[in-house]
Amino acid sequence: MIQPFYFKTRFHLVRLLTIKAKNPAELLAGIKIVPASSIYYHTHRFLRQHHYLSPEPPNDFAFWLTNILNLRELGELFAGIDTVSYRNMENLRAAFIKILEDYMTDHGSNVECAEAYKFHFMSCITFVLPTPYVANDPKEFVAILHKVSIDSLYFHIFEAKMRLERDENDFSAWFKDMGKVKTAAEVARIDPYTITLEGLRNKIIHIVSRNAED
Amino acid sequence: MPKISRYIPIVGQGVIDELYFLGEKLEGRKIQNINSTAVGGGVAEILTRMVPLLKQIGVNACWDVIRGDEKFFTITKKFHNALHGVDIKISDDEYQYFLEVNRQNARDIESWGDVVFVHDPQPIALVEMKQRIKNKWAWRCHIDFTHPRSGIMNFLRSYIEQYDSAVFSAPAFSRDLRIPQVLITPSIDPLSDKNRNLSAKKIDSVLEKLGLEKSRPIVTQISRFDYLKDPMGVIKVYKSVKKYVDCQLVLAGGGATDDPEGMQVLQEVKDASVDDPDIHVFFLPPASDITINALQRASSVILQKSLREGFGLTVAEALWKGKPVIASAVGGIPLQIAHKYSGILTYSLEGTAYYLKQLLQDPGYASKLSANGREHIKNNFLITRHIRDYLLLFLSLYYRDDVVDL
Repeated sequence: MIQPFYFKTRFHLVRLLTIKAKNPAELLAGIKIVPASSIYYHTHRFLRQHHYLSPEPPNDFAFWLTNILNLRELGELFAGIDTVSYRNMENLRAAFIKILEDYMTDHGSNVECAEAYKFHFMSCITFVLPTPYVANDPKEFVAILHKVSIDSLYFHIFEAKMRLERDENDFSAWFKDMGKVKTAAEVARIDPYTITLEGLRNKIIHIVSRNAED
Repeated sequence: MPKISRYIPIVGQGVIDELYFLGEKLEGRKIQNINSTAVGGGVAEILTRMVPLLKQIGVNACWDVIRGDEKFFTITKKFHNALHGVDIKISDDEYQYFLEVNRQNARDIESWGDVVFVHDPQPIALVEMKQRIKNKWAWRCHIDFTHPRSGIMNFLRSYIEQYDSAVFSAPAFSRDLRIPQVLITPSIDPLSDKNRNLSAKKIDSVLEKLGLEKSRPIVTQISRFDYLKDPMGVIKVYKSVKKYVDCQLVLAGGGATDDPEGMQVLQEVKDASVDDPDIHVFFLPPASDITINALQRASSVILQKSLREGFGLTVAEALWKGKPVIASAVGGIPLQIAHKYSGILTYSLEGTAYYLKQLLQDPGYASKLSANGREHIKNNFLITRHIRDYLLLFLSLYYRDDVVDL
């Protein structure tokens, strides 16, 4: 018996950590000590707040390094990190630490910004809410995916995998459970970090609709 | 006050449904807002709109105002200035009087909420009641907290740290405190006179009344006449752009006529514009919201070239109206504009002039920025998001984990 898919949604309440950075060394120190929810927040905030943009701005670290410290090479390394390939926030944190340590070995940490432009570390509390939408089969799933909020889409794709450390996004897991292996694999293969959320919604709808008869 | 349902065509049914859901989760809990003034000022303005909307979604919200005499408010004005970094002496007697007024108000309040939400420093010491009542307390700081004087900060800290949570409007305002700190940015109300849709006829009538030409680009800065808003810098920017693009400049804003510095800035701005009929300076009386709305809607580009800024909600107002904005990267402005995505952030007069020329000459680029800007405001800076954040804040007082399953 296949379980129905219960669509959920989520909201964030942003916490201020009062940890700041004015140069790469302080950014490194901050990245090492902030909670995992802070790494999550700074690598995903832009996706939700600017979800309509294409190309989307990169993560907060990359944006600050590039636009405030003018360290374009370092900023590009942060922007180019393949977020989707990391299992959880600790692995992603370790990758950022390595980039910064390698960079500072070669270049030091001489560039500083003024007080007003410091990087402020934040984190978030995630509130997970049920929605009235329940899908019993792929056809219902597509109909619902057309109308759920982007917060719901965001929750099942990003939050489930990166924050709650599930093996895969919730949609792929459900299709796999019902034996729709091809659909599950195709949805899992999408890199959601390089597409707008509306684009992501349409792509998933397209994949599920195309494979409906499999 | 508009019905909450009037926001559905703007933000969608789903957003309003979610507010009702969160409101249900606060069932049985009374949310008591407390501030120091019922009318006038930003806090009263927010609460006037927020409290009725919270009630409409089923939250038992109320609003109490503390009482104080002239002496009390003279002291709290000193607090305000000291929090903005002004070197001002506050005596022990004044601190003592401040506490006495707070304690008298605490005795006068007949019933307390399950959550007491205190706004700004004036009623901050009411939190002394927390030990007796055993309820939840949150403190909302609406003011710029970037450079507080240490004396006032140390005094307030002893009270702030008795709260369960402190709320600030921008990351730079947070302080080293032993309690959780939350970021909740201000918002604009899309149904207020300052932001609601206006007919083309209404906009045209305002332009005609003010002597502006619809057929040529209008560049506008809305702000009070204050050196920190750099109106003289805006005139320099306009003059350097005017050599290449025929346009009109509008500098419009209000201010207190008993503010001598404001009047001096206004006079300097008028003097600097006297030889150019395309520079229009308007000192607007209170209740000019529709005029401001029309000016923003008639503009080709909006500037906010402040040297310092609190949150700078005029940026959100302009972006909401689908206007390209060039603004200084100060205060809360970088939260509202992602450079080259939803507007332009600048650091100098030269940079501002460069981008102004570009936006006036490339309407396609300007229009992409403004479309992104409006969408960003819709998703992040409307009153419905503000209400949602407050609901989440109240709920957060009852949970300790980073992930909360409601």
